[in-house]
Amino acid sequence: MEDSWEVAGRRFSSRLIVGTGRYKSLEETAASIEASGAEIVTVAVRRVNIADPNAPMLQDFVPPTKYTYLPNTAGCHTAKDAVRTLRLAREAGGWNLVKLEVLGPPPFLYPDMAGTFEAAAALIADNFEVMVYCADDPVAAKRLEEMGCVAIMPLGGPIGSGLGVANPYMIRAIKQQAKVPVLVDAGIGTASDAAFAMELGCDAVLLNSALAHAQDPVGMAVAMKHAVIAGRAAYLAGRMPRNYEANPSSPTSGLIGRAG
Amino acid sequence: MRMPIAITLNGERREVRAASVAELLAEIGLDTRKVAVELNEEIVPRSTYAAQALTGGDQLEIVHFIGGG
Repeated sequence: MEDSWEVAGRRFSSRLIVGTGRYKSLEETAASIEASGAEIVTVAVRRVNIADPNAPMLQDFVPPTKYTYLPNTAGCHTAKDAVRTLRLAREAGGWNLVKLEVLGPPPFLYPDMAGTFEAAAALIADNFEVMVYCADDPVAAKRLEEMGCVAIMPLGGPIGSGLGVANPYMIRAIKQQAKVPVLVDAGIGTASDAAFAMELGCDAVLLNSALAHAQDPVGMAVAMKHAVIAGRAAYLAGRMPRNYEANPSSPTSGLIGRAG
Repeated sequence: MRMPIAITLNGERREVRAASVAELLAEIGLDTRKVAVELNEEIVPRSTYAAQALTGGDQLEIVHFIGGG
């Protein structure tokens, strides 16, 4: 049977969700996303440029008919701004499935959990299906799930840092107790980080800068696609136990040059 | 068209002649299928653009999707 996962009643084969920001051009955005095999893309909501109403739009390059748009609240530091932003996103595209993030101040942009709880409650009451970016805190994660969030997305590392999964023990703990999908969101820097997140048992990985800031975004998109598949396969296969002493794979009998 | 009124559009004061949200979007030249509008912090449903009147001092936000992570 094909390996797939489900969030809020929607089924996906790709376990890689990619952002659409920070590429050099909309053409590069489109090519990288295509190469990644992602079926879900995150998008931001911003003011239109009134002075240039005919500027090319993301939707012309990354069509919402082909990809599931996951509007985010990037840049929102209060629950109020996050809720307003997603209500606008729903009106613009009709999407209920959203990514909530309420951020603390620079330089870490760490999730502001008080604001996140407040916004999640308001959005769920307003019939949104909330995939929530959060701290790698199993207590907070469980509470968000109990409130009705449809996916829990702890950070691997700070947004855009490329530092990888800083706290694998807590990511694993969050996954083990969760009944909804758990995704590592933010911090992924290279293919091994994505594979590692999947080996921890995560349902999917969300990344953006790892592609957009790679020397070759399309090449890295291909690498990430395979890394997520490999990490998932390794998780399902079950890794060997760790031994702290050598245990040779080749037979120790029949070696030449010894007395029989 | 009527006498211009002053509104705040995406954070900037602007004189417009449009009497409704639909007329404003046409005046700017925006494709209504790709944007969303908030008037005084309330969503304006697309179906009501023509009926939604504008008055002096209104605060409007017009947004669309851009690349983001």
